[in-house]
Amino acid sequence: MTASAATTRTQVATGRRLPRADRLALHIAIVLILIGWLLPTLGMLVNSFRPAGDVSATGWWTALTPTARFTFDNYSHVFDQAGIGNAFLNSLFITIPATIIPVSIAAFAAYAFAWMSFPGRNILFVIVVGLLVVPLQATIVPVLNVFRTVGITGSGSAVAQALPFLSVWLAHTGYGLPFAVYLLRNYMGGLPKEVFESAEIDGAGHATAFFRLVLPMSFPALAALTIFQFLFVWNDLFVAIVYIGATNGTKLPMTATLANLVNSLGGDWQYLMAAAFISMALPLVVFFAFQRYFVRGITGGAVKG
Amino acid sequence: MDQRLITAIVVVIAVPAVLLGYILLVERVLGLVPERRQASLRPWLWILPALLLLGFFLVYPTIATAIRSFQDKTAAANFIGFANYQFFFSSPDTLVALRNSFIWLVLLTALVVVGGLITAVLFDRVRYESVAKSLLFLPLAISFVGAGVIWKFMFDYEPAGQTQIGTINGGLTALGIGPASFITDAPANTIWLIVVGAWIWTGFAMVILSAALKGISPEILEAARVDGASELQLFRRITLPLLSPTIAVVATTMIITALKAFDIVYVMTSGNFDTNILALDMYHQLFDFGQPGRAAAVATILVILIIPVMIVNIRRFQAQEAIR
Repeated sequence: MTASAATTRTQVATGRRLPRADRLALHIAIVLILIGWLLPTLGMLVNSFRPAGDVSATGWWTALTPTARFTFDNYSHVFDQAGIGNAFLNSLFITIPATIIPVSIAAFAAYAFAWMSFPGRNILFVIVVGLLVVPLQATIVPVLNVFRTVGITGSGSAVAQALPFLSVWLAHTGYGLPFAVYLLRNYMGGLPKEVFESAEIDGAGHATAFFRLVLPMSFPALAALTIFQFLFVWNDLFVAIVYIGATNGTKLPMTATLANLVNSLGGDWQYLMAAAFISMALPLVVFFAFQRYFVRGITGGAVKG
Repeated sequence: MDQRLITAIVVVIAVPAVLLGYILLVERVLGLVPERRQASLRPWLWILPALLLLGFFLVYPTIATAIRSFQDKTAAANFIGFANYQFFFSSPDTLVALRNSFIWLVLLTALVVVGGLITAVLFDRVRYESVAKSLLFLPLAISFVGAGVIWKFMFDYEPAGQTQIGTINGGLTALGIGPASFITDAPANTIWLIVVGAWIWTGFAMVILSAALKGISPEILEAARVDGASELQLFRRITLPLLSPTIAVVATTMIITALKAFDIVYVMTSGNFDTNILALDMYHQLFDFGQPGRAAAVATILVILIIPVMIVNIRRFQAQEAIR
């Protein structure tokens, strides 16, 4: 690293002490890094709009000339033939409850951890912190066994027929809880004590205090957590293929369907690219719309596993 | 369609109703018990759903998996001592997975920490910092599966002499360097897969390190400058030491990420061409080879590798609590 890279923003703030040549080098370095970072996604995006023949014959960068042809055929193909439309709906059905349930249950628990006293409170919370890093892989064999016995996974049982995603909702809730409880408890614990005292004077119960005071005041943490969990579940592959089954075609979310397409479509890049972009569209919108909260969720919970 | 309708109704109405109903029910039930018992009972009822789910999805199965790792593949699950571990440490395939996971752990952590540090420091000095940050951070919002598809295309390889459509081989050919088969040529292919991981995670490290960087007091740096310290000295003697707790947080997070890595390899090679890693090997043992005992052994080894990180996290948490 060069000396210019090591300087700090103080200099920017207190009149640019960097020589002109160094500033130019700085801008060039940053622009090159960003181009390098965006190039992979850009190539995908361009190819998803090109006709099949062109994609396999020439590189995507040749499409940056005025004579290039573009088409929406790839998108209509993956919607009609590859089941991407259905998978998109499945992803929504999986992600919405798998976000609401853990955030709510974690909020109940975090409120108790932060504002009620009971024996074993500290040791229980330390266990929650420890559970942050448990690898999912270590949990699936026994959980699958119980799910099969109870009949909420697989295609045979009545419960799985009626509520095909129940197993994934519960699994994402269990796996998301340590981080959710950790983040919310730390935030709720920092709320001013006076609020609760005045609420008790007014004779309000815990339910009222929780819904009227704690939840609204914890909005930044709740928003961060909700967005984080939403993206985590939407982008998840492992939990989906384990509890729904990699071959259970019509019930799979976007990620698993896309992973299957990689095998079945192989070299048909234009379709893969279109499918990949559809799977990214919603997370990208969520990301750009709520970036502030997303960043807070990450910096606030850096110990998440 | 009616099936989907049921699901939609459950998703939108039943799930929130059950969650809201639980707390209202708890408070109603507590209203029936004597007042002095309410205070001791209430916390447990508020925590109960979380405890049950944590117990069922994390505590119980981790212990059960450890026990399962000493049993054979049959449904009867007969105890066979350390045979599954013996297999793990003697089979060439699983040893490759262990080696690769170790490479992932070291290289992904190093690339992400160094990359995050460089970009955080560089971006800190320009006015378009927030735009630059969003763009670098963007891969974290897309799925690892999507990233795998994107990079499979980046690395696409056609035999020499044919038109290269993959971005990297297209560039190499234009420069007059022959095309390379990045995904199939071991052992370098594992490194290319790790590069995909670094592409995703560098933004994460950058955001956290950048937040810490802004917390460093300008006065300290100014004082050192007045004393004649060079910018490089400032970075090494002041900035880096002050950032080291944050670097430790990022590094431990990346160690866990590397050990649990699954999606990228699953999508890009499915573990072929000597790119197997522990989490994927565990999946194959369980679902493709019908070996739940061996799968449990791999999972237990993962847990053992992660325990030091768990201890570090708990210590750090307790130190933070002591300050609060």
